[in-house]
Amino acid sequence: MATQTPTTAALDQARSRGQRPLWLETVHEWVTTVDHKRIGLMYIGYALFFLIVAGFEALLMRIQLAIPNNTFVSPQTFNRLFTMHGTTMVFFVGMPILFGFGNYLIPLMIGARDMAFPRLNAFSFWISAFGGLLLYFSYLGGDGLYGMGSAPDVGWFAYAPLTARVFSPGHSTDYWTLSLLLTGIGTIGTALNIVATTICLRCPGMKLNRMPLLVWIYLVTSLLAFVAIGPLTAAQIMLMLDRYAGAHFFDTQAGGSAVLWMHFFWIFGHPEVYILVLPAFAFANEIIPVFSRKAIFGYPAMVAATVGIGFISLSVWAHHMFTVGMGAWANTFFTFATMIISVPTGIKIFNWLATLWGGRIHFTVSMMFAVGFLFQFLIAGLTGIMLSVAPFDWQLGSSYFVVAHFHYVLVGAILFMLFSAFYYWYPKMTGRMLSEKLGKWHFWLFLIGFHLTFDLMHIPGMLGMPRRIYTYEADRGWAILNMLVSSGAVFQSIASLLFVWNLVHSYFKGAIAGSDPWDAWTLEWSTTSPPPPYNFAVIPTVSSRRPLWDLKHPEDADSNYEM
Amino acid sequence: MSTTAVMPHSPDESWTLPSRGIVGMVCLIVAESAIFIIFVVAYVFYLGKSLSGPTPGEVLHLPIFTSICLFSSSFTVHRAVTSLEHSRRSACTVWLALTVLLGGIFLCGTGIEWHELIYIDGLTIKTNLFGTTFYSLVGLHASHVLIGLIMLSLALLFSLRGKMNSRHGERLEVLSLYWHFVDAVWAVVFLVVYVFGK
Repeated sequence: MATQTPTTAALDQARSRGQRPLWLETVHEWVTTVDHKRIGLMYIGYALFFLIVAGFEALLMRIQLAIPNNTFVSPQTFNRLFTMHGTTMVFFVGMPILFGFGNYLIPLMIGARDMAFPRLNAFSFWISAFGGLLLYFSYLGGDGLYGMGSAPDVGWFAYAPLTARVFSPGHSTDYWTLSLLLTGIGTIGTALNIVATTICLRCPGMKLNRMPLLVWIYLVTSLLAFVAIGPLTAAQIMLMLDRYAGAHFFDTQAGGSAVLWMHFFWIFGHPEVYILVLPAFAFANEIIPVFSRKAIFGYPAMVAATVGIGFISLSVWAHHMFTVGMGAWANTFFTFATMIISVPTGIKIFNWLATLWGGRIHFTVSMMFAVGFLFQFLIAGLTGIMLSVAPFDWQLGSSYFVVAHFHYVLVGAILFMLFSAFYYWYPKMTGRMLSEKLGKWHFWLFLIGFHLTFDLMHIPGMLGMPRRIYTYEADRGWAILNMLVSSGAVFQSIASLLFVWNLVHSYFKGAIAGSDPWDAWTLEWSTTSPPPPYNFAVIPTVSSRRPLWDLKHPEDADSNYEM
Repeated sequence: MSTTAVMPHSPDESWTLPSRGIVGMVCLIVAESAIFIIFVVAYVFYLGKSLSGPTPGEVLHLPIFTSICLFSSSFTVHRAVTSLEHSRRSACTVWLALTVLLGGIFLCGTGIEWHELIYIDGLTIKTNLFGTTFYSLVGLHASHVLIGLIMLSLALLFSLRGKMNSRHGERLEVLSLYWHFVDAVWAVVFLVVYVFGK
């Protein structure tokens, strides 16, 4: 290993000299770790666990809806299933997996040895993990004194007055509130850490305009998290005061407003969508150029578009509330703001296309998922523009059309890009390649399943099928469509199992990756796979956006063209 | 590419970045501001919408003395930081003690005000929307004052035992940033609740 100085070689051997550590020692090491890579991996592992749990909940719902008048689960169970599925996917899959990748990659990409606040980092992870456990503990503890209710059943946006003591006795809603409050604290902690790391720990020469776009996007995402999670935390505190101290924030009997909860929730809820989707853009920005063998097209435009999305996303929340009756001016404003946000998003899509254009495209599994992301994200954006028109939304709001639209974003765009990121960075994290053969099966099965489920799901929505119903009559004409939608879920489940198998199998049997299997250009590929605890034996110095390109091609270095 | 690339490095190039403590605290302040804004919005939204009394105009009195105490504690904590930076350690201790005293007076003032509201005017968090929003907003701020006071008291304790020197200047500055934020929030709460909201 070329980077090793005698000191670091001694450091590395200090651990391997003894015998294999005991199982308990390994656990102790992971529990007490403050290393950003380990915390990142724990975030990812914890998110994958909940992905399987919440995916299973989705599968149960699809079984229930596959045929009309089904009695596979009771209406009460169905309510709990969609509440838990939504809450879990957003807070305990989406957020932790994105923060996991961020935690792992950001210090490596900017040439730092750890995050700015390693102990805060560990705290944020464990408090978020505790929140997730608390949510699922409600299955046991939610009964309360009233002996009714188990898991929360108020929907993932928990509209008032459903959450009031009268309508939600027992403790299930309290578990929901507390777990969101705790993960919110964890999220703010990690976001704070990412901002401080990005601003304060860049290696020499890593100016802001040389940072990898992934780091830029995580910076904007984290700033967005501050302004989005704050309102959620405030709303949860208010809800707890209502439920425990007898306050009247959302108590309509005492003059309180149920619509106020909607506003507070969606002031969090819509930026949250961008907090989830921006990291997917971040992965695309790193992966698409490497597999097109071209530098990213329009770096400054990408940064500007990201910042633009960050700002505009703060003023679109009430497009979730067109059916409330906010009045013509508010509807016009939020329709307009929602349409405007498609401009920076469009800029990004064009830049990715321009990066692909004329490139020597390598269709690895990672790249296949990235291309799938491009198409599906475009379609998701188009149905988004349709729904942003208030009168259109009056017709289709709270129907399966909306469910199809946001799953197109969450699955078609975010999950596809996450899979892509797994295939791309797994070699760095473990030192082994994921199997490309299994990966291709995974890709095609998932693609077929995804389109079967979510393309067809738009149609029952247009035919009038509302969301969150636990069953329907046979004469509505939705039966065949629902059966097909459910069969798509089976494809996706099989593909996901293949993926998990690939993760486990490749960890032991995968091909050795080496430090730079993709011939990439950012700093994380300059260290070993997996990187040593200190990341870089010597802190690097960079002089362009693609430091490894400069190193491999000194005769045609990027730094010759940058100011 | 199986070998690890060697990245060039030039340690002599000057490369300074902002302090992580201050950046971290600014981030925390941004996140906290978002929480406070929501509580202020709730307060303003429910102004005059209570179905029963008492109303703010009937029971609230301007807390002028305690507010002056809190605002001047911003000045004293600032002096504590500058004293420490200039290695005047005993001056720093005095300024810190003053800050804790002023903050303590403010908190006692809030306690007395709440005692009067609850036992004389009969206003609790359950009474009406005014009680709900008033106690939660002022209470959220008071809890921030309390946390700030605990941290400042710790700093005072270290200072009294001679454990603080100019190397800790930046940490004290981070703490003072938080304290300035708490004061700034009070300026907003004071204006919204006691001046415009009455």
